[in-house]
Amino acid sequence: MISGFILRALEGRIVIAVGILLAVAIIVPALNLLTSPDSALHIPTYAMALMGKYLCYALLALALDLVWGYCGILSLGHGAFFALGGYAMGMYLMRQIGSRGTYGNPDLPDFMVFLNWKELPWFWYGFDMFPFAMAMVLIVPGLLAFVFGWFAFRSRVNGVYLSIITQAMTYALMLAFFRNDMGFGGNNGLTDFKDILGFQVQAGGTRAVLFALSAIMLALCLIVASAITRSKFGKVLVGVRDAESRVRFLGFRVENIKLFTFVVSAMFAGIAGALFVPQVGIINPGEFAPANSIEVVVWTAVGGRGTLIGPIIGAILVNAGKSYFTGAFPEFWLFALGGLFIAVTLFLPKGIVGTIQHGWNARKALKSAADAEKGRDAGAAPVTQQAQAAE
Amino acid sequence: MLIRFFTLVFLVLAFTATSFAQGADPKSLFDQLADANFNAAEKLVADIAATGDPRVVPALEAFASGDLYFRKADKAVFVGKEQGSELALTDPVTAEAAGEVAKGAVTKIRVNNNLRRAIRAALGGLTLMSPDRSARLSAADAILRSPSAEALELVEAALAQETDAEVKARMEEARAVSLLSSDRSIDEKRAAIETIAGLGAGGLGVLNSVAGTIDPSLKPDLDKAIASIQNAQQLWNLAQNVWYGMSLGSVLLLAAIGLAITFGVMGIINMAHGEMVMLGAYSTFMVQQVIRDNAPGLFDWSLAIALPVAFLVTGAVGFVIERGVIRFLYGRPLETLLATWGVSLILQQAIRTIFGPTNQEVGNPSWMSGSFPLGGMTITYNRMWIIVFSLTIFFALLFVMKKTAYGLNMRAVTQNRRMASSMGIRTPWVDALTFALGSGIAGIAGVALSQIDNVSPNLGQSYIIDSFMVVVFGGVGNLWGTLVGALSLGILNKFLEPSVGAVLGKILVLVLIILFIQKRPRGLFALKGRAVEA
Repeated sequence: MISGFILRALEGRIVIAVGILLAVAIIVPALNLLTSPDSALHIPTYAMALMGKYLCYALLALALDLVWGYCGILSLGHGAFFALGGYAMGMYLMRQIGSRGTYGNPDLPDFMVFLNWKELPWFWYGFDMFPFAMAMVLIVPGLLAFVFGWFAFRSRVNGVYLSIITQAMTYALMLAFFRNDMGFGGNNGLTDFKDILGFQVQAGGTRAVLFALSAIMLALCLIVASAITRSKFGKVLVGVRDAESRVRFLGFRVENIKLFTFVVSAMFAGIAGALFVPQVGIINPGEFAPANSIEVVVWTAVGGRGTLIGPIIGAILVNAGKSYFTGAFPEFWLFALGGLFIAVTLFLPKGIVGTIQHGWNARKALKSAADAEKGRDAGAAPVTQQAQAAE
Repeated sequence: MLIRFFTLVFLVLAFTATSFAQGADPKSLFDQLADANFNAAEKLVADIAATGDPRVVPALEAFASGDLYFRKADKAVFVGKEQGSELALTDPVTAEAAGEVAKGAVTKIRVNNNLRRAIRAALGGLTLMSPDRSARLSAADAILRSPSAEALELVEAALAQETDAEVKARMEEARAVSLLSSDRSIDEKRAAIETIAGLGAGGLGVLNSVAGTIDPSLKPDLDKAIASIQNAQQLWNLAQNVWYGMSLGSVLLLAAIGLAITFGVMGIINMAHGEMVMLGAYSTFMVQQVIRDNAPGLFDWSLAIALPVAFLVTGAVGFVIERGVIRFLYGRPLETLLATWGVSLILQQAIRTIFGPTNQEVGNPSWMSGSFPLGGMTITYNRMWIIVFSLTIFFALLFVMKKTAYGLNMRAVTQNRRMASSMGIRTPWVDALTFALGSGIAGIAGVALSQIDNVSPNLGQSYIIDSFMVVVFGGVGNLWGTLVGALSLGILNKFLEPSVGAVLGKILVLVLIILFIQKRPRGLFALKGRAVEA
């Protein structure tokens, strides 16, 4: 059954995307580690770290696409799940520092010694164990999404209201994490990581592995997301997006469907955050800023929501653009980003992938119509309908 | 302080050179200090004060701060002021210069705390008689702050002569606090306790300080007085909290009121709303710059001039945004969110490019600065005006919406666009004007907020989330809801602050709003309707 579930996920485009991602997971680290720095093919470590960051963002955008593109929930708080996953990873990395910190305390991270704390707060227990921390990467964002969604979807808070309270959620979390008393390093967040599972975080080999992991996790999550959306459940999901009351009147439990998707999406975001932190080397409350979450929405919109692949392309393109602009014309980045927001919503409401898909489908429909006129059997027609339903 | 004493001395010399000739000569009393021990000195200070000669005030001040010396040669006492390695001596009574001597030639007259207290009381008594009204007032205040039994007779003497009602009332209070630690009769003390009970917070310290030593028969009266003061204090604290809350609420109202139109009435998730507020603040800055350069005399009017300017500037920007972007997105609310967020980024960066990222200096006109006391609390003028201002805007807007033809069109278009259009209303024009109005009001809010917040390109960002919270909490499409929402959120915030701190208070408010939305997804004052959903 599971294999059928997975097999259904592997539609043509998804196979190609997964293939590309797996190839990237092998080739980029190989080019980084095995070629000499002078070689034309060499990928410097900083570039690999940057690309790893993009892949994490792509995963975050994929997570948002699952709820926004397929379920119609525009979450303006997905940055919160990302940051929580990042904090769970950061806490593990902090505990790994041990007595190598500035104050040399074997149990307490530096900032706690600095705040004169005598013992580890209860919520830091267990984070010295990798499996526990990894479980928390999924559980903490998932639990928050579950509790939040449980209340919100049952009371039928939707549309704009939901967007605004998700924004309030991430804003409240940002304020909370900025407080020193919270026990998460306050303003400075968690940083100065030393090693992960015994390997040095800064070492080239570790970075290569982290990069490969990011690409592989993205591929995995893409398969899972595709499996969800192409299943029967996925059809209902699209139904909820397009006509919520009708789906409810047909006897589906809309709030459970939404809740499930929201929690899965939050976990994806948590994984993205957890992969992001060791590659970037810091996690601070700034990641909770509402503006970050809105930016994720733009990546998704640029690539094309409801396409799964689009958000990945969108996240990578926009972030590559950001890296280029902030380096070359720092003044213009916000103009460019703002212009992009407006241009995409006005001229490209389906996003890049959505528009291409639409054009392709339209051509196919034309062709099959022409074929039908010639008296041949129009075999492509059902596929076209299906693709349109998924938009 | 010193200048006041010197003028005082001068005045007294001019008017009443002979009227204080009772008692001993102050100069000889000062000279006796050279040989006196602490106890004797204390008595001498009292004697000096008893001469009632105001000329001794500076010398006593100097004594208290340890600047009184006697010359080793003849034991004459002088006020000494350090000048390099030497001391400049002046006569303690006449304040005439008496030459400079090496430090070794004089000895400092030592003071201890008891002596200092005696000197302070003596000074209080002396200035109580001063012909200068404000000097008497501050002397009474000094006694009120540090009451002592010694001051009692001085106060009473001064009271007998006092004619000014306010000073007299203050002296009565000073007398009451001094009386408590004296050995007067129980009845007098009882009356004094009653007087002090009326003093408020200032009296509490006095009452508490005598609580241990007071006659047991007075204990019930004392406790009652303390309780009544504490009650009053709590009431004032409550009032102060409500006031702070209203002040915060009025700021929220100002920030949210434009959004109540663009978001609440038109249904546009206007993320550029904060930037409209910011543009309004920068308009104020520009107006003030122009006034500073060209007509500094008009500075007090700068805000009045900035109001229409900000309204027009932000209204025009809003008009352009509506015509250029938003009109293509009606019916797609979540996408207006993205587009307006883009607009906000562009506006922010534009302002940053033009004015730089730093805070701009926006001045307060004179009528906006300062404060006045109201009972047990202090009210600052800028907060008060902002409350008045936000309410004025609110009611003006309500009037426009409910009583004018334009408001009628606007409500018609938002309720049923097609029907309104069929009735001959130019809906696109109404849309554009409504968005311009909402933006213009945000700009006006920016004028007011420039007075209490930093004017920087990020100004708008700090208000946008709060504004949305207020509108959503109050109920979309309902101006009254926005008013009630803003004030209740403001007051709630300020009541949470003392117990949990500002940041945690804000977090709690956000969580409460999130929970509240679950309970009433359409806000406090939801528009009633029977549709399942749009």
